[in-house]
Amino acid sequence: MTHSILVDNVSKRFELGEGRHGMLREAIMRGVGRLWRRKAWTGPEYKWALNDISLQVEPGEVVGLIGRNGAGKSTLLKVLSRITYPTSGSVDVRGRIGSLLEVGTGFHDELTGRENVYMNGSILGMRKREIDAAMGQIVEFADVREFMDTPIKRYSSGMRLRLGFAVAAHLSTDVLFVDEVLAVGDAGFQKKCLGTMRQIGQGGRTLIFVSHNMAAVENLCKRTIWIADGRIKQDGDTRDVIRAYLNSFGAADAQTLDLTGIPERQGTGLVRFVKMEFLDSDGREQHVVHCGDPLRVRFHYDCQRDMPDLHFGMRIYSNLGVLISDVHTWSTAQAVPLATKGPGSIELDIESLNLMPGSYYLGIWASSFNEYHDVLHNVAKLDLEPSDFYGTGRGVEARFGLVFFSFRWTPGTRALCENAPASAEPR
Amino acid sequence: MNKAALWEIWRYRELMYFFAWRDVKVRYKQAALGALWAVLQPLASMVVFTLFFGRLAKIPSDGLPYPLFAYVGLVLWTYFSAVITQAGQSLTTNANLVTKVYFPRVALPASSALSGLLDLVVSLVFVVVFMFYYGIYPSWPILLAPLFLVGMVLFTIGTSLLLAALTVWYRDFKYTVPLMVQLCLFVTPVIYPASFVPERYRPLLFLNPMAGFLEGFRTCLLTPRWPDPTLTTISLAVAVGVFVLGWAYFQRAERSFADVI
Repeated sequence: MTHSILVDNVSKRFELGEGRHGMLREAIMRGVGRLWRRKAWTGPEYKWALNDISLQVEPGEVVGLIGRNGAGKSTLLKVLSRITYPTSGSVDVRGRIGSLLEVGTGFHDELTGRENVYMNGSILGMRKREIDAAMGQIVEFADVREFMDTPIKRYSSGMRLRLGFAVAAHLSTDVLFVDEVLAVGDAGFQKKCLGTMRQIGQGGRTLIFVSHNMAAVENLCKRTIWIADGRIKQDGDTRDVIRAYLNSFGAADAQTLDLTGIPERQGTGLVRFVKMEFLDSDGREQHVVHCGDPLRVRFHYDCQRDMPDLHFGMRIYSNLGVLISDVHTWSTAQAVPLATKGPGSIELDIESLNLMPGSYYLGIWASSFNEYHDVLHNVAKLDLEPSDFYGTGRGVEARFGLVFFSFRWTPGTRALCENAPASAEPR
Repeated sequence: MNKAALWEIWRYRELMYFFAWRDVKVRYKQAALGALWAVLQPLASMVVFTLFFGRLAKIPSDGLPYPLFAYVGLVLWTYFSAVITQAGQSLTTNANLVTKVYFPRVALPASSALSGLLDLVVSLVFVVVFMFYYGIYPSWPILLAPLFLVGMVLFTIGTSLLLAALTVWYRDFKYTVPLMVQLCLFVTPVIYPASFVPERYRPLLFLNPMAGFLEGFRTCLLTPRWPDPTLTTISLAVAVGVFVLGWAYFQRAERSFADVI
């Protein structure tokens, strides 16, 4: 019974609408009204953000927390880290708690990089001597040595991010709660962050990790909890939970996807995807995609203003959330030089989609100058049907892996034999 | 006051210090005169009040040079008014912190009171210079002067806690507080002595603890007289009461800050 985290029947209720967060006038009017008319105030409307959550986490466990936006993941994290209190139930977390719900909390524009490291570090719960001791490594990690004594109002957003994460990476609490902080920054930075997270996870500390990045969750956590509508939907082995979670997304069988109504987005919002169409090579809507088929996807977007040097990408994930490929304009140096304000579209052609049959999940993004404008996770599910890619009638099958190539085996001369027996199927 | 809450604040004392340090840093960053502003603000008010109240209206000043009398009053009053104005908004202006990280919320308003102390100390150094200029030297009662400063800080923190918590729910206080501060300057013996108020209203005056602290501090610092024990006791008692009230209310309200703010 040496749990690290024990959550017992926790529920959290929020008031909808203005609620108590109104004006003094309303409070007075309400009081006066009650006094005069003796009429009870009907009370606010409620929403249960968390509904009877119970869980236990052992010391040193690394647990992933997944679920759609608004499912209650972040609220749970806030309750665990004592930022907000449960309406009912109890939470017991042992040891020093660190929570990282955002990178660079408490940064002040007017303060220098160094000063902000102290500020941010102490807000995250570090002692001054810990910050003193870690300062060298933090500067190293953030890679902003020559700017440490410059006010951070002169920093680029990337530099701020690096500095913020550098501080967080040196938090040495017993328990650490991390919310979707990897979703920002460029790929290189994300990789660095993930590496740091892995180190934390291996360091024997308890880590609760909220993310939409299934690959990151799978990579870091053995155990994952799926939260849906404020309840624990599934709690168990990461692979099982992720698979079940991803399967809960409706398949993208409509070949034209309207993206305007999707609230789960990240980025500046200067560019927004509005529609995505799956086409065949003749530009008609494609209904069934076979392994090895060409794939054409047309993205429609909307720019808030003229956007120079706009990059697009489509990420293909396996059903376990492993990133198979990020197909983007950056590698082919095909940025849109200037996307004018208003609607626009761009097409992606993949010559041959060499993925084994199965379900794949697509994420799409738009960015410029290392800044994401729109990021949509799990925007569509792509089901690939088996095909006779090699023209042998044997097809490609899911059990052969994730991807396949055009390949050829050439036996050595001595093995050449006229009447070779028909080969048995591979196991 | 429960022990756990106090222990928690003690654990986070460094954060409180960092908040105060940030306040000070930011306040005087890119200001050429820096902390000199702490002196200049009450000094400017003093000049105006000396002209209009001291010279024109001939307000008495208990036999002290009016500029010195007014300056000492204004220095303390500036501390009180600046801190409660800033502390009152400390939670709402730092809403991003309140919703993103855990720390004892008291740290925010308390750090405002702490950072204000720096200005107070700088201004008090100037008071000493002023005293030399007028040839006024303290005698034994000065030993009691710190008591009034402590009382004032206690009262300031109590008021700050109340206002900060209330502002989370009712942003009206953002507008009310500066207005109240302005009006209260005239119902507190800052620029006039308590003796200026008719005797029978005087106990009423001292229900405002700031009246007792200002009078007491001035008497101890600038005259060889001892402060009035009854009035001092009333002021201290009210200050302690406000502090306890503020603390209790804040503790109760604290749990909902992140949800409401």
